[in-house]
Amino acid sequence: MTTNKLDINLKVGLEIHQQLATGTKLFCQCRSNEDEEYTLDFSRSLRPAQSELGIIDPAALFESKKIQSFRYLAANRTSCLVEADEEPPHCINREALESALIFSLALNSHIADEIHVMRKIVIDGSNTSGFQRTMLISMGGFVEVNGKRTGVQSICLEEDASKLISDKNSKREFGLDRLGIPLVEIALEPVSITPPEVMQLALGLGRILRASKRVARGIGSIRQDVNISVEDGRVVEIKGVQKLDQLVKVIQYEANRQHGLIIITDKLKNELGIKEIRCDNGIVDVTDILRRSSSRKIIESLKDQSTVYKAFKIEGFAGMLGFEPYEGIRLGKELSQLVRFYGIGGIFHSDELPGYGITKENLDSIERKLAKSSKNDAFIIIGGGLTNVNFAIESLIQRLKAVLEGVPAETRAATPSGETIYIRPRPGSARMYPETDIAPIKVDSLLLDSLRQKIPRPIEEYTNEMISKFGLNKKLAEEIFDSQYLNLFEKIVSSTKISPTFVASKLTEDITNLERQGYDSSLLSDERVLEIFNELDKGRIAKESVPILYEKFMKREINRVEEFESGFETMTERQLEDEIEGILNNHLDAINEKGMNSLGMLMGRTMAMLKGRSDGQKINKILKDKLEQMLALREQ
Amino acid sequence: MGTSEYKGKASELLNGKDIKIGQSITIHTAVGGYSGLLLPRYELFDDNHIVIKLGNGYNIGIDITKIISIEKNCSELQYSAYINGKFLDSKSESLDEFRVPILDLKDSLPRVALISTGGTIGSKIDYRTGGVTSVMSASDLYLSVPEISKYASVDTEMLLNEYSENLVPDDWTLMANKIIEKINTGIYKGIILSHGTDTMHYTSAALSFALRNTPIPIVLTGAQRSSDRPSSDAALNLIGATRFAVKSEHSGVFVVMHANTSDGLLACHLGTRVRKNHTSSRDAFESINLEPIALIDSDSIKMQSNNMLKLTRRGEGKHSSYETSFDRHVVLLQYYPGFEPTIISDLVKNGCKAIIFEGTGLGHVSRDCFTQLKQAIESGIMIFMTSQCLWGRVNMNVYNTGRDLLGIGIIPLSDMTPETALTKAMWLIANNESSVEIKWKMQENMCNEITYVSPIEIDKK
Repeated sequence: MTTNKLDINLKVGLEIHQQLATGTKLFCQCRSNEDEEYTLDFSRSLRPAQSELGIIDPAALFESKKIQSFRYLAANRTSCLVEADEEPPHCINREALESALIFSLALNSHIADEIHVMRKIVIDGSNTSGFQRTMLISMGGFVEVNGKRTGVQSICLEEDASKLISDKNSKREFGLDRLGIPLVEIALEPVSITPPEVMQLALGLGRILRASKRVARGIGSIRQDVNISVEDGRVVEIKGVQKLDQLVKVIQYEANRQHGLIIITDKLKNELGIKEIRCDNGIVDVTDILRRSSSRKIIESLKDQSTVYKAFKIEGFAGMLGFEPYEGIRLGKELSQLVRFYGIGGIFHSDELPGYGITKENLDSIERKLAKSSKNDAFIIIGGGLTNVNFAIESLIQRLKAVLEGVPAETRAATPSGETIYIRPRPGSARMYPETDIAPIKVDSLLLDSLRQKIPRPIEEYTNEMISKFGLNKKLAEEIFDSQYLNLFEKIVSSTKISPTFVASKLTEDITNLERQGYDSSLLSDERVLEIFNELDKGRIAKESVPILYEKFMKREINRVEEFESGFETMTERQLEDEIEGILNNHLDAINEKGMNSLGMLMGRTMAMLKGRSDGQKINKILKDKLEQMLALREQ
Repeated sequence: MGTSEYKGKASELLNGKDIKIGQSITIHTAVGGYSGLLLPRYELFDDNHIVIKLGNGYNIGIDITKIISIEKNCSELQYSAYINGKFLDSKSESLDEFRVPILDLKDSLPRVALISTGGTIGSKIDYRTGGVTSVMSASDLYLSVPEISKYASVDTEMLLNEYSENLVPDDWTLMANKIIEKINTGIYKGIILSHGTDTMHYTSAALSFALRNTPIPIVLTGAQRSSDRPSSDAALNLIGATRFAVKSEHSGVFVVMHANTSDGLLACHLGTRVRKNHTSSRDAFESINLEPIALIDSDSIKMQSNNMLKLTRRGEGKHSSYETSFDRHVVLLQYYPGFEPTIISDLVKNGCKAIIFEGTGLGHVSRDCFTQLKQAIESGIMIFMTSQCLWGRVNMNVYNTGRDLLGIGIIPLSDMTPETALTKAMWLIANNESSVEIKWKMQENMCNEITYVSPIEIDKK
């Protein structure tokens, strides 16, 4: 069964986050590149703080219950005491602010007269300070893609978060290099739209940003979230949607899930007449009862002395946890996902029992212990460490109590298969607090006038210009524009005499091909690409070598183009020795006859065979050693 | 809220409509409208903007010259902005409230008194300046760190509410007297003083002298990140200070702060040996010329053994009398190339009773000052020498200049920090008649402000 989108008034809002190419970070002068090597580390913990209105954000409170301690890794090149939350932020990066203002002008968005930097409380550890610095630049406006206008809700300038490196056993590790890189967030209005249209919209918006030549390139430099809602439901934010086919599935899944939740609510209210969810009357320990179950999993888990199983009942809920308004959409599944955040695998509920090795006898004992009086009641069993189980039950009860509200405002993550899973409650406005370390920024009308000159022109003007100026065909012009390499393309074409069409195709098709083969194109830096084309321009390498060099860089086989030119290739010592031994064995006669005097001839033969695959000096040394060894053995 | 009102034109506009800070309002401009809560305006900024908090939580300033109309909303926020004919629903509408937990106090736990004096540790946004200011009381602090109730039953009192750069020696007297009052109740295992960090080491030194016979530990703590931030170091510092106050086998005046940038290890310093050595980092406080007296981690309190120190055991202090006054007529003076010697004679004219010099290196000032120094000493001023190097000991026998200065009557203060020397002189002058006695006591080790052995290596942690 699929939902009828018109009936349920499905709305999708796109939100994109684009890193800016400012060179330095938003509130300090550290380089805004991502680092590979970390030389420093420290640990911190975070706690929820009240907003200026005196309330604590639900998302922050939720996170604070989960994680104890965070470890941060850093390098001096890309992080300083500002990222370490050991020094107040410096003045705002003017270039980043200008970029955000230019985008606002480009999207006809109404810019605030005075910009206030805010702290958005995020205590999942991704920000050392426990908040992300963000500011509302403008509201309203529209983006026009393929003749269709989509409204802009807001444009914000903010700091990127730290990079999650690992997350296990309530200990998370982050890299600080990404923290503080300027990021523009553009939130579009939720509209009735098809998934391919969403992708077109994302592409169109991305083009406007890229046309400014003020945005960063590379993996992770642009990220998009979607906000999905249905009639009578609240907005659900979905993170981590990467591809079109995934987006199509996510939207369909969310339409079903959200509408399914509304059907469940409707059934509870109207068919079962439930006006209030009663589920917090007595939580009982059922560990000993389940010790007698035949579930291998439960028995195994109880070998750990600290494991407990607890159960609680939900009045009048029989049948509702397993009720499936759409395929795969059940309240039981929602609840199972919720408890995973406390390191608990899932729940058992009465609609699916007996089963999973929990017998009828077990159930009777549990029901007696729960004082379950009516067969209309449902119950939930959950097991794990005591603290985790208690926290999990608390959030299960909270979630169950909200069932009558239909779709809760949540943040969810897209799975690769196109479903979504719960991450945390949707952060409310209580997470916003003024950044007291930075004074409000008055937007100067003279500045805005000068920035109007820098509004990127429509994409067609760029592509037409590229067609006329460089002789590219339309497809290639668009491809290079949509790639991350527009700036680089212009740099290469202006500094060399190589055909622009050749450069464009090498920067698009060749790199895409290698990406499809699974290579990481972020290992191929702009500097190296520029170097490749400079060498080609000077005639030092052949045209055919360009993709070979790309591959070598992406495989980390070489660090500089000259390593390739000098013919150096990483042949292992062992391989080299084997090769040389083979050559010596093929020339035994000559060796017998001339002894050490055969070295010159042998060197010539060896170099001819191994040319370009190893360093000449190294070959010479090995060859000489081997030959001496061989002659010495013969004399014995 | 409502601590800071609007001024000038903005105020006229708001008063005309009887709109007060905190109310939900809608402002219309040529492009549309904004709805939100009216926030106070930072006093130090212009009066041309009205600041509102939108439904999405963001604050923005609206130029009042662009305002067409402004009105109160009859109900709660419905939308955040209305621009070019369209309502822009706020991105997030969940305004669920979660209140801070209420603590249940356990009588069985040891009791400590938490006295707050202000500083970053109790700070949040100040609508006067837009920066942070100290506003939280001791009980707010306690409520924001409920973990303390695991270690102690805490009585709170707000004594002062000042950033520490605004504190004066009379405030040290006030603090000392308040602490004595608490000690005299006999019910406390220890006393915690929350304090701004900028001059916390001056206060800790001053209290070390004023309360030198305390039978219980007095622990000063503060924060380098304000308490309204999730990353604040206040919580851990307060917890550590509480644990030390309850558990320490020694009495005396101590400072407990982060030992390094991580949240984990805390260092406990002697009140007379500690100094703020960084403008902003969590581990700004260091013991000078010796290791911290104790390290506090999540499991234990580890006392560092140092047989050079004279520590009083808990309960051993003879708390018969305390001397809590300080005389402000002492000057802490740093010598520098180009130092104008007449500064010294001017100080004499202005009633200065003692000068603590932060000399160069081993304890020097230029020979250009010799005349003025001689005159000052002849007129009865006491002049003491510490070093601006901070690390190491003053020794005025090595160079001619030093010997000349000794000859003039400048008194070297060994490895005492300049700040401790200042508070010690202020305290001695206020509580002693004879300058001979004062000079003698300045050179005598009273509260571990001097150690006579210089360790080869100091682990600063």
